[in-house]
Amino acid sequence: MTDISSPNRVFDVTSDAARARVRKRYRAEARFRAYGIAAIGFAALFLVALITDVVYRAAPAFTTSWLSIEVPATPSDIDPKGDGSVESIASGNFDAPVRARLAELLPGANDRVARRQLNALISSSGTEGFRDQILRDRDLVGKTVNTRVLLSDDADLFVKGQATDVVERAGAGQLTPSGTEGTITLSGAPPLRVSGFASADPSTLVRISGGWVKITGQQDGVLTGDVMMPLRDTAAADWKLVTFETSEGSRRLGDREVVWLQTLTEQGVIERSFNWRFFTNGDSREAELAGILGALSGSLFTMMITLVLCLPTGVAAAIYLQEFAPKNKWTDLIEVNINNLAAVPSIIFGLLGLAVFLNFFGLPRSTPLVGGLVLALLVLPTIIIASRAALAAVPPSIREGALGVGASHQQAIFHHVLPLAMPGILTGTIIGMAHALGETAPLLLIGMVAFIVDVPSGPTDAATALPVQIYLWSDLPEAAFAAKTAAAIIVLLLFLFIMNGLAIFLRRRFERRW
Amino acid sequence: MDLSLSPIAHVDVPPDTRTKIRASGVNVFYGDKHALKDVSIAIPEKAVMAFIGPSGCGKSTFLRCINRMNDTIDIARITGNIDIDGQDIYTPSLDVVQLRARVGMVFQKPNPFPKSIFENIAYGPRIHGIAKDKTELEEIVVGSLKRAGLFEEVKDRLDDSGTSLSGGQQQRLCIARAIAVSPEIILMDEPCSALDPIASAKIEELITELRQNFTIVIVTHSMQQAARVSQRTAFFHLGILVEEGATDDIFTNPREPRTQDYITGRFG
Repeated sequence: MTDISSPNRVFDVTSDAARARVRKRYRAEARFRAYGIAAIGFAALFLVALITDVVYRAAPAFTTSWLSIEVPATPSDIDPKGDGSVESIASGNFDAPVRARLAELLPGANDRVARRQLNALISSSGTEGFRDQILRDRDLVGKTVNTRVLLSDDADLFVKGQATDVVERAGAGQLTPSGTEGTITLSGAPPLRVSGFASADPSTLVRISGGWVKITGQQDGVLTGDVMMPLRDTAAADWKLVTFETSEGSRRLGDREVVWLQTLTEQGVIERSFNWRFFTNGDSREAELAGILGALSGSLFTMMITLVLCLPTGVAAAIYLQEFAPKNKWTDLIEVNINNLAAVPSIIFGLLGLAVFLNFFGLPRSTPLVGGLVLALLVLPTIIIASRAALAAVPPSIREGALGVGASHQQAIFHHVLPLAMPGILTGTIIGMAHALGETAPLLLIGMVAFIVDVPSGPTDAATALPVQIYLWSDLPEAAFAAKTAAAIIVLLLFLFIMNGLAIFLRRRFERRW
Repeated sequence: MDLSLSPIAHVDVPPDTRTKIRASGVNVFYGDKHALKDVSIAIPEKAVMAFIGPSGCGKSTFLRCINRMNDTIDIARITGNIDIDGQDIYTPSLDVVQLRARVGMVFQKPNPFPKSIFENIAYGPRIHGIAKDKTELEEIVVGSLKRAGLFEEVKDRLDDSGTSLSGGQQQRLCIARAIAVSPEIILMDEPCSALDPIASAKIEELITELRQNFTIVIVTHSMQQAARVSQRTAFFHLGILVEEGATDDIFTNPREPRTQDYITGRFG
């Protein structure tokens, strides 16, 4: 009997059926692996898509645009008392010289409406840097100072190329303007191939003799238009056709402002730099001034309160329930309720916080203190469950070894079981804290959704939190806040990564001790 | 089994030996299960007593009654009396921690703490305040390691983790840990079941040496081991102490047929 396929065998491993079974088994395994790889690939794809999208959207929020111009520090404006004192300069009008200088750079804004539009290019706090510069060196009063002025958020968006594309083409022949300002006609033009001149169409402009004319109509080679920037003279001259691809009706900047900003860009006085303000300011109604620091500190204080409250309480509760508590109906009831609490919707905890901490105990509204208390309640069940699991996972032999050399129950747990359970407890804690960091609903109910400009300096100052800030900004109509929202998401994610990194570091430390 | 292959080198316990542990009418219940039924036994001082019997016969349960390790099991209930030196160890006034300092234990699976070798042994003396200062503590650690026959192997790496040792070394470390608190009794629950024959032989040698100073109670599945190291042997079956006597008698001339069947390998 040397043949392995002997019919005497109970299972013939060389029969066709057996071979088919083997092949089927291999195929099933290969299929399963393929599913796994596909699942991971799919998940990775979504993650990459999400991160790319957020980063792409957030990129504009990390730079800001300035006007770098020479401004005369006229004493009558910036030193109203005329004594050169700090108080006098601090109360000075710094907007006036900057606005005057801007009107020089961009002539033609003669009426009040145009002046107001021109001034709106500059942020409402845009001249603070100028003031600080003079305050640092009061000898500059009366001299011409090279300073940087912050642009408004809409102007900033144009500089970043987000308001409209500007397309410039050379025009055929020469045009003869009928005037240099107001509504004029341009004769000698070839027919323009444009869809129309309404505010829903891309804006059509003509550049001629150093000025800009917005075309409002064409008939038989004569273009009618409004002068946006005055022309030098009425002589026939070469011209360029400019198109603002986004129609005026669907952007916040008017054609005139775009013309100004385009001119400023060509004059080379606009520069971009990293937006430190985003990390040093609190919230603001003005997108270019709004920063994340208020929400970041709010989240930080909230997390501190949460951690300080729920880590010791949670671990102590877990140790008692797991190691010391008698097993009876009461502890069963407590256990069931802890498990149930972990599944309670977070907004319920917000209602609880509102009813108990704010209305009953009268703690200050909108503060990280109350936020931390509410989130601690939210996280506590998670930490207790994770810690109990970690304690239960410590091999009983360690406990017996300690008891065997005469350690008391408590000594065995605190000297031997708890240190071994610590990595698991930390993991549970960090999952809970990450959960708490991203939690928005309960914070809305305790008033951390308020518009708060000041950066909180402690847990009892009114504050908001990162996810709430994201929610607030995402709701605002200004286009610049869309980038801020994405940037805030990045900050929140980084916060999370740092927190998790810290936890992993601590866990390694604990593990290495053994 | 050919008993002539397992030589019994030692003589019987001298009749004047004092009784160290005396159990009378011990019953243990795990919930509804009656795990140990009316066990009465006298264990002599400075000798090795071996408990043999098939798995689940209650020998480990009885061993764990001697240092009240069963207290850690919620559903365990014990009745009857166990005296050590005439003192009832189940009186409410007795501190179980003090008891376990007097009655050390070595477990089936080596369970060194996941700390350094030094810390493993220093832990007991430290919590009991046995050493006055660091030098004394070091003396205790070195002394215990020497008595456990481990010192030469680990003297250069006392700061290494106890879990980095081999299985046999770990078990000797556990024995060193047990004797570091100077117990009077050492309980061993199948100390060699996870070890290879060479490591087991070392442990057996060690047990024979330790017998000079300690009362040792050992649970074992190996009849040869019981025959080699013990002076007295008790055979448990189904929660009942079937027979107890001098090891030579049990192995050569058992009174009970069940003992005879077990030691000759007919069941168990």
